Amino acid sequence: MALDEIKIGGLGASRKRVEDNRFIRGKGNYVDDVVLPGMLHMEILRSPLAHARIKSIDVSGAWAIPGVRLVLTGEMMAARNLAWMPTLSYDTQAVLATDKVRFQGQEVACVIADDPYIAKDGCEAIVVDYEPLPPIVNPVQAMAPDAPLIRDDKVNQVDNKIFDWEVGDKDGTDRAFADADVVSEIEMHYPRSHPSPIEACGSIADFDRSTSKLTVYMTTQAPHIIRAAVSLVAEIPEHMIRIISPDLGGGFGNKVPVYPGYVASILASILTERPVKWIEDKSGNLISTGFGRDVYLKGQLAMRNDGKILGVRMHTDSDHGAFFSDAQPSKFKIGLMHSAFACYDIPNAHLTATGVYTNKAPGGVAYRCSFRVTEAMYFQERMIQAAADDLGMDQAEFRRVNLVRDDDFPHRTPFGFLTDSGQYEKCLDIGLEAVGYADFKQEQEEARKRGRLLGIGISTMTEPLGAGNSREYDILGIKMFDSAELRVHMTGKAILRTGAKTQGQGHETTWAQIVAHELGIPADDIVVEEGDTDTAPFGMGTYASRSTPVAGAAVAMVSRKIRAKARKIAAHLLEVSEEDVEWELGRFYVRGAQDRGVSIQECAMAAYSNVPDGLEPGLENNAYYDPPNLTWPFACYIAKVEVDPETGVWDVLKMVAVDDCGVRINPMIVEGQIMGGLTEAYAMANMQFITFDEDGNCIGSNYMDYLLPTAWETPGFELHEVVTPCPHHPIGAKGIGECATVGGPAAFVNAVMDALKHTGVRNIDMPLLPDRVYGALMTGNDISGMPPVKTEA
Amino acid sequence: MFPSRFDYKSPTSLEEAISLLAANEDAKVLAGGQSLIPMMKLRFAAPAVLVDINNIPGLDGHGAQSDGSYRIGALVRHADLEKSSTLGDHQPTIAAAAPLVADPIVRTRGTFVGSVCHADPQGDWASCMVALGGSIVAQGPNGRRTIAVDEFVSGPFQTVLAADEIAVEAVIPPASGTRKGGYLKLERRVGDFATAGVALSLEMSGSTVAKAGIGLTGVGSSTISATEASAVLVGSSLDDATIAAAAEAAAAATSPRSDHRGSADYKRHIVATFVRRLLAQHQPVEAKVA
Ligand SMILES: Cc1cc2nc3c(=O)[nH]c(=O)nc-3n(C[C@H](O)[C@H](O)[C@H](O)COP(=O)(O)OP(=O)(O)OC[C@H]3O[C@@H](n4cnc5c(N)ncnc54)[C@H](O)[C@@H]3O)c2cc1C
Repeated sequence: MALDEIKIGGLGASRKRVEDNRFIRGKGNYVDDVVLPGMLHMEILRSPLAHARIKSIDVSGAWAIPGVRLVLTGEMMAARNLAWMPTLSYDTQAVLATDKVRFQGQEVACVIADDPYIAKDGCEAIVVDYEPLPPIVNPVQAMAPDAPLIRDDKVNQVDNKIFDWEVGDKDGTDRAFADADVVSEIEMHYPRSHPSPIEACGSIADFDRSTSKLTVYMTTQAPHIIRAAVSLVAEIPEHMIRIISPDLGGGFGNKVPVYPGYVASILASILTERPVKWIEDKSGNLISTGFGRDVYLKGQLAMRNDGKILGVRMHTDSDHGAFFSDAQPSKFKIGLMHSAFACYDIPNAHLTATGVYTNKAPGGVAYRCSFRVTEAMYFQERMIQAAADDLGMDQAEFRRVNLVRDDDFPHRTPFGFLTDSGQYEKCLDIGLEAVGYADFKQEQEEARKRGRLLGIGISTMTEPLGAGNSREYDILGIKMFDSAELRVHMTGKAILRTGAKTQGQGHETTWAQIVAHELGIPADDIVVEEGDTDTAPFGMGTYASRSTPVAGAAVAMVSRKIRAKARKIAAHLLEVSEEDVEWELGRFYVRGAQDRGVSIQECAMAAYSNVPDGLEPGLENNAYYDPPNLTWPFACYIAKVEVDPETGVWDVLKMVAVDDCGVRINPMIVEGQIMGGLTEAYAMANMQFITFDEDGNCIGSNYMDYLLPTAWETPGFELHEVVTPCPHHPIGAKGIGECATVGGPAAFVNAVMDALKHTGVRNIDMPLLPDRVYGALMTGNDISGMPPVKTEA
Repeated sequence: MFPSRFDYKSPTSLEEAISLLAANEDAKVLAGGQSLIPMMKLRFAAPAVLVDINNIPGLDGHGAQSDGSYRIGALVRHADLEKSSTLGDHQPTIAAAAPLVADPIVRTRGTFVGSVCHADPQGDWASCMVALGGSIVAQGPNGRRTIAVDEFVSGPFQTVLAADEIAVEAVIPPASGTRKGGYLKLERRVGDFATAGVALSLEMSGSTVAKAGIGLTGVGSSTISATEASAVLVGSSLDDATIAAAAEAAAAATSPRSDHRGSADYKRHIVATFVRRLLAQHQPVEAKVA
């Protein structure tokens, strides 16, 4: 009889995460846990200044310290053509500075020593003579006519602009604005933040001269891309490079780029012929590695009086830091910013984008989002709320008028994506009901009379998750598809490998559930392995919520290939023709005689012991999956807050999340992802940002200044679900890892703005720190596009 | 994060600890380590020798003495105060502040006395000590001396302790009436230092304020004693006008700087708001009606 799918840990089972067995016992194996014989330790000397010419570097003090084995400087890197490396966005980035330092925290020298203490002492003993240059910390300064040129290393670079980019229909949009009854305008900044995974970055490079093989243990979300990059940068043949990404303590996009520390540790190992370990400290991670966001928006919506949106205009100015090293598909300069307004039926849209260099750390990474989708959805939902207010229309009703209807799919988004499914209004209704929206207006009114400020903020959005398809999505020309390889052993147990790389998402648990669903092999009988380029099939890695949409689909597809072969074996065992074999979960049986059957395990044994003539023995296969489209999960987040008018402090009274991510493989893990995402959303709205003073000093270089919320202040969340299966994904799943981070912040900010509505304040830039909220309340003025925070001496 | 090289000593008596301090140049006392260790890891501090006082017996008690004073030994942790069931009856200001200092993890190690010795203008305990008129008892090679907290803290991160002296306890003098008080702190997140904090101590004789103290956290280059604000309160019954005047005087006593926690004006405003809120909690019913 067919197996009970939940019992075998198939689709829909809230199976406990198998990886947690080792994590909660402290038995995880992270890069820093790896100890190789004869291993040396590397520390990085970083620039204290944001912008300065290097006049000289004296490393003699470091060499004088016993136990120091090697000192690397930019000059030594340059001698090996390694002073600069290519970025993921067709720019170059300094590995170790030669001419100038361009941001505070930039890598200037490395000391390799017997232990990390000595290496750190060595860094302290290096004397660098800097000639300070004027620093640039925002796009306005960057584009000023007399601004100092940051990238004077680049031929033909005459100013600090990186790109101008546009998408959409300018003329159509102009006409829509000309026809509009009401035009709503708003400006805002999505501040810079940092993914800050609990484990910082690190690597152990181990070059073996006798075999010419380079093995690198590395904190990377995309080991295969790294292998290719190292091969190109270090000119080592690709088959002689093995990248191992062991357990990762979170990634959130931070572990996608190639960092100078990786490259330096590799060169150090080649030169010393010993393994070299580099483990970044938390401050190094916060000040130098891939940040998220830092985009300014000018947004306009054209509307009819009845609330119908006719057109959207957006202009973004993005601050990429000193090197353009965003990790994103190469066609799109400002990521998927143009996914904005995808859930609304809007005929005309036009987006222009300008990117600039500044004296800040490089690497706009997709911090828990699909390439700037976070900014896109935040801007969208803030613009929507301001527009509803400008029209004098209820914010829920305004959304209802403009949301794409269930029978309108497939639907072309304002900027040209194709969405394929959803039940937007249903999600909105569930959310409104759960938060008690119907009674809220009166509650708000009465509270206001008693001097209490209450507000409700809504955020509804669909986002594009799971890049490719490969027609449109590539990184440095490498197409964005993914793969899975499944080997079923003769006893019916199996090993599954993919080219993705789990960092906390729980692939070891959920991939096995997909196999269980497709083959009826209990999930506990399947081991999942990722992260070793010598054993895993090629893949683009895990970020941008792509694992379930792409690698997860490959897992289903490879399982189906295995099932197809097992069917032939079953026909042989059952002595009937293949056409007469039926499948139910876990077994094949003879059509019309359900009791005559063989289990998948019996087929596996036969694959190694009793193969029909003409069939290859064994039960192994792989699948490469190139998705036909992105997946489009939908979410409705609603926050209810109270603002203390005397202090500007605000508290979340209720937070409701309605997520439609299609079929849920493991509901418990999905809920965990949403909870984590909402926590980060709350963090963005409330406290978490990296800012710079006017000298380019990073405010947020440690956890006293860079605030991550703890369990203490994080509010409770109420989760609801709607399931609209993805029409093109083999098991109907959509991405979910990032929805709440992407859609959540606007709900909190909209709620605070709603509470302040009567004062005329329309925008306060995140984070909504108490002093900003209080300041806006006092003056009635927006706080938008903040200049750098001035720290008085 | 790797500190510079240092020597570590773990004496088991005060005398031994003091002689180690005297014998070693550039030695530092290690109490809870919640300020010193981070500074060493950041290499802002690089003492040659750490003299760990955690194994010295007799320093971990706190309680009311027969003379009405309250003593807090050098190894009393923030968490000991937070979890005490009797502290609130004697020292409402300290009891209110205890759960607001740092985060639960830091509180299990960090010490009250160590915090005062650290003399961080953003330290919560120094403000409480200022409000309560407390003193520090220091022991050196030549015996003990008692130093009023206003004199003890000589500047930001500076005290008058000699290199070979150890602060052995904090003393809060007896109250001259019924002791009331509280602590309010604006922090962006648990474990954050104060954007602004206010410690209030009142000694009430009936419904009249006999003595008052207000200490301010994070709004100047060192802990601030808002003496004028306290003076306004003495003799009053905390009527609304007095409360308003005290709030204004306290705000005027600050010299905050604008930073990422907030603007100077905002911090001043928070001080005034918190002084008002704290005093309103202790407003006698009659004054509230009036
Ligand atoms: C994450 C974090 C958050 C924090 N948040 C806050 C906060 O919100 N508010 C707040 O007030 N504090 C905060 N602190 C600081 C904390 O309260 C410390 O515990 C306190 O400042 C120092 O006490 P300690 O016992 O840890 O001292 P240590 O770190 O051991 O020592 C601090 C200094 O005082 C000296 N010292 C200590 N004890 C003695 C003694 N008995 N005699 C002579 N010298 C001595 C040491 O030599 C050293 O110079 C925080 C700390 C951390 C790590």
